Amino acid sequence: MITKPHFAFFDEGSKKEIRRATLKAVAIPGYQVPFASREMPIARGWGTGGLQLTLSLIGKDDVLKVIDQGADESVNAVSIKKLVRHTTGVSVTEDTGEANIIQSRHRIPEKQLREDQILVLQVPNPEPLRKVEAREYLTKRMHAEDDYSGAWLLLFEQIMKYGRMSTGAEHPVYVNGRYMMTPSPIPRFDNPKMHQSKALILLGAGREKKIFAVPPYTDVKSLAFDDYPFAVESFEGKACKLCGSTDVFLDEIIDPDTGERSYQCNDTSFCMEHLNAKEKEEVENSYV
Amino acid sequence: MGYVAVKGGTEAIEASLDRLKYDRLKGEEIVEIKTILATMRPLVDQVMSEASLYAPFLAALAIKQAGGSMEEAVFLLRAHRSTLPRYYYSETVDTEDMFVERRISASFKDIPGGQLLGSTNDYTHRLLDFNLVNEKKEENQAWLQEFQERMCDDVADKELQFFPKVVDYLREEGLFERYPLDDTPPKDITKQSIQFPTGRSERLQVLTRGQTGAVTSLGYASLRGYGQVHPTIGEVRVGNVPIHVQHPYEEESDPDDLFYIGDVKLTEVESFVPVNVKKQNQKEELEFEIGYGISFGQNETKAIAMSILDQCLENPHGEFPTHDEEFVLLHIDSVESTGFISHLKLPHYVTFQSKLDSARQVKKGGNNK
Repeated sequence: MITKPHFAFFDEGSKKEIRRATLKAVAIPGYQVPFASREMPIARGWGTGGLQLTLSLIGKDDVLKVIDQGADESVNAVSIKKLVRHTTGVSVTEDTGEANIIQSRHRIPEKQLREDQILVLQVPNPEPLRKVEAREYLTKRMHAEDDYSGAWLLLFEQIMKYGRMSTGAEHPVYVNGRYMMTPSPIPRFDNPKMHQSKALILLGAGREKKIFAVPPYTDVKSLAFDDYPFAVESFEGKACKLCGSTDVFLDEIIDPDTGERSYQCNDTSFCMEHLNAKEKEEVENSYV
Repeated sequence: MGYVAVKGGTEAIEASLDRLKYDRLKGEEIVEIKTILATMRPLVDQVMSEASLYAPFLAALAIKQAGGSMEEAVFLLRAHRSTLPRYYYSETVDTEDMFVERRISASFKDIPGGQLLGSTNDYTHRLLDFNLVNEKKEENQAWLQEFQERMCDDVADKELQFFPKVVDYLREEGLFERYPLDDTPPKDITKQSIQFPTGRSERLQVLTRGQTGAVTSLGYASLRGYGQVHPTIGEVRVGNVPIHVQHPYEEESDPDDLFYIGDVKLTEVESFVPVNVKKQNQKEELEFEIGYGISFGQNETKAIAMSILDQCLENPHGEFPTHDEEFVLLHIDSVESTGFISHLKLPHYVTFQSKLDSARQVKKGGNNK
């Protein structure tokens, strides 16, 4: 009894159902569309929402890129790519520019995305109001009634306690001026990349069974007060020790021997491209 | 030429998979699927129940592949379930037609049809049986032969016995409300994610595929004090029921034209739960409601706990989490809970960096004006 997996794992009925939910999500930007999330061959919480989106979208000619915390070679990214390849045979790439479907956990690539690309984000907790109210029945209502006072209060309390908003990743956003949405736990640094993005951004939460979307050219605004504006992570005065980039999200690396702190690009593909470009330039210049 | 910060994920995974395989093979023993099916039926039953896929052979394969890990075996079978198209819904199963192997009631000493202990661990003494260390096939065969002869003598000329439901007698006495049969098709939670407030059909589906340990724990919590349901078991029955489907292209159906597609083994529990009912004259009367539990295979503890939770959720009660449908239904699924707990092993350095930045900025004391 040996069986081969179906193309892109799912039976066609399942794919259709996910696509229908996706279309609805695109039609109502930022609204969490419930869907009958399937159990996947990878664990809940390990990117099953993103994976279901990817598998429902992917065709034979697509080129896939998967990143985890900014890195193409991170173990879980490798594992997801392996599964998609195994069930579809599509080609994968590390080059952001080459891919037309990019599945990512916790980062939006540094390189600006294009209209012909789709960014799929993996979402652990799709509900931005969960800290305010534990019950789904009530948070769903709050969204319907445009009642976001609880989320604002949370931020206000942080300012009262700490003198500033102390959110980490997952700083909530308004999409198209209506629905409050978690951008998935991307760092605040990446929030502005969602605003008027040329690429379609799809967000999938497998365990919580929700799909939501930011269609291309949609307004995305991070929650902030007039006197306490939204601020991204600060890497002031720091640069990537490998490629020298400054305007990027940096990983902090501590030398185990000296205890010295250094920084390098979190987006490994971007860093590589930058390095290669620099090298090329150096080589060309040396021949002049 | 270049350099990438996190390199080597592919090689690391390959090496880890080899390790895993080595761990499974290094003992140089092979457990056959048929051995698992023949000797570990309770494990097979539990995996099928939590995976909500009735397929003993596949469950045994999953157990073999998982090296006996429950959560892993359930996970494998659930993932396989996602690849299967669903063509039919079966006709309603009437558990009164069950081919009963075991049926007991804690409510009455003498129930019509009688108590039937069947096969159960309940009255074994949990002493390690060291005779099993050197079990002999010949001895087992001799025992089997002797046992089968005894059984044949016993049932030779008896008719098949019918076991009516215990609750029917109490209904006749008016202690249970008689509800009209409700044949509304249930909402399939695997095709449409549950929305709150839920219907009972959704709740029962989530409960029956819940992790055995989780369902048992929450049922126990309710029983012990964090809940308002104190049941008596009206009936536990275990046995096979036939499954029929309709011809997909024929509208009208004569029950005789249905297709029999096989049997499933079930455990069904009806718990009697006393409730206060306000009558028209404002007087309160004590009546009973049924807490319903059902599970694939022989899975009695889980089915009983499920019957408690079913009644808990039928009667929302703010004080106790066991009466809160979101608390119960969203946290008892094996694949969901083990998945999300284990995802904490994934790298979180971007999110942590972001939080670190926030903490540092707060420490600096500056507001970000």
